[in-house]
Amino acid sequence: MKRLVKIYMEKPELAALVLLIVLIIVFQIRSDGVFLNANNLRGILGILPEIGLMVIGVTILMICGEFDLSVGSVFAVMPMTMAVLMADGTPFYLAFLAGMAVCAAIGFVNGYVTIKFNIPSFITTLGMLFIARSLTIVISGGFPPLLPNDLPNWLFTVFVGPGDLFRMSFIWFVIIALAASLMMSRTNFGNWVRATGGFLPAAQAMGIPTARVKITCFMLCSMLAGFAGMIQVLRLGSPLPSIGEGWELQAVAAAVIGGTALSGGIGAVAGGVIGAILIRVIDNGLVLSQVDANWFKFAIGFLTIFAVVANSWLGKRAKAIKVET
Amino acid sequence: MTQPMISVRNLHKWYSGVHALKDVSLDFAPNEAVGLIGDNGAGKSTLINILSGAQEASEGEILIDGRPVNISNPRDAMDLGIETIYQYNSMVPTMSIARNLFIGREPLKFSLFGLGVMDRKKMAEESVQAIADVDLHLRSPDALIGELSGGQRQGVAIARAMHFKSKVMILDEPTNHLAVKETNKVIGFVRSLKEMNITGIFISHNIHHVFDCCDRIVAMARGEVVLDRRTNDTNMDEIMDVL
Repeated sequence: MKRLVKIYMEKPELAALVLLIVLIIVFQIRSDGVFLNANNLRGILGILPEIGLMVIGVTILMICGEFDLSVGSVFAVMPMTMAVLMADGTPFYLAFLAGMAVCAAIGFVNGYVTIKFNIPSFITTLGMLFIARSLTIVISGGFPPLLPNDLPNWLFTVFVGPGDLFRMSFIWFVIIALAASLMMSRTNFGNWVRATGGFLPAAQAMGIPTARVKITCFMLCSMLAGFAGMIQVLRLGSPLPSIGEGWELQAVAAAVIGGTALSGGIGAVAGGVIGAILIRVIDNGLVLSQVDANWFKFAIGFLTIFAVVANSWLGKRAKAIKVET
Repeated sequence: MTQPMISVRNLHKWYSGVHALKDVSLDFAPNEAVGLIGDNGAGKSTLINILSGAQEASEGEILIDGRPVNISNPRDAMDLGIETIYQYNSMVPTMSIARNLFIGREPLKFSLFGLGVMDRKKMAEESVQAIADVDLHLRSPDALIGELSGGQRQGVAIARAMHFKSKVMILDEPTNHLAVKETNKVIGFVRSLKEMNITGIFISHNIHHVFDCCDRIVAMARGEVVLDRRTNDTNMDEIMDVL
């Protein structure tokens, strides 16, 4: 029993999960039962995948010991690439592949420059934040193109599920989250990612191709962000060049709230997902509770600090529990 | 002398203007424990880094069982049976014992291009066995390395090296930061390598430790081998003199 308590207290996503449950209960009461009704859930679950997919990539990259500030801009540049190509008559799936290729290339540049010149990924990706945002506006010509009418919305944005509770994008989100989670916990690649972020010299000494592992994580992160951006554009029906602004920090906040350490090696995809849900729940719950919506950023900020403090406290308490190893 | 397990021939290493290794040639017999000593900058770390694949020699060759081999990264060295135990051990503190044991060499249930699903049952079972084999008493392979003491970590590192059936075991100052009792355990381990027909290369600042467990002592200074004797034919004063 003691052992079990210890194991759970050491799980970094625990604090976020407890907070999430508490907040859901609070919002449910404060909103007179509106929060958990089908209509409101539909609203939350319909938008969740967009930040959620981005957070998955950011979480994996942070476990690998790196950082990506450019995800918000990549979120915009991917659908803009597609929209411009489709306006020229390129079919959707080809445009999709081209958009993903752009994301992969951005991720590759982020990773390659960071490793090759041994500079902090904070700097590389901060630069890329501006570059990708600028490119988005440049290729749009300052005037976003109209999307064609025959888009495969049935694959991404239509409502499905019992009582039309969620959109197709939610199914993509669940599948990708599960796949990413299994990749991190069950595959040798996941082991390498964690070793690379946990203690780089050890990973190198054991012959892990750490540079390739990191670049792969950068590419994965960019591609997930771009995919999320495309989903948002399909939902909105228009490729705005300003989408995703500020999301890079929300994504980092979600990952950190979910127990991922900025220093690498610690964290889980599940934690990032919980963090993303928390952000959506707070955004929505504050409105339903008739709190001034400008408190949203305050809540996210407070939560980020609180989650880290709570995690470190829990970790210390867990260590104090004497169980033989 | 029998066929050496591992030899280096005319090894040179330059670091932009510094000649760190000057024409070093050494043979290590299969069941020999060799103590490698020398001051900081004597070239012993450079030699060890070349053998373990962390660096490449500028010139010279390495032979294993008489055949020339090419070691250009740590993986090559491990595949050739050279395992290295480092001073700041090569363990990831945020990962479990079982995962640490198999970093980079995870047993896979199936794989594609070298990536695949880990056989976690096998990892757990084999790590329990590997730890028991080196007389380390840890109850769970799921404990995090970060929770272990320095000596226990070094024990896990040794268990890892033993598990992969090494031919040559390099111990790079493994007793630094260890308590006396733990140090004695490591020294006992170096002695026991002989019976397992493993070549041990033991690097230490502490001459007493080297005398305690090595058959042969090689001293280096300024990038060269300055002394190479059987332990019985030398004494501490002589070694202090050449260093």
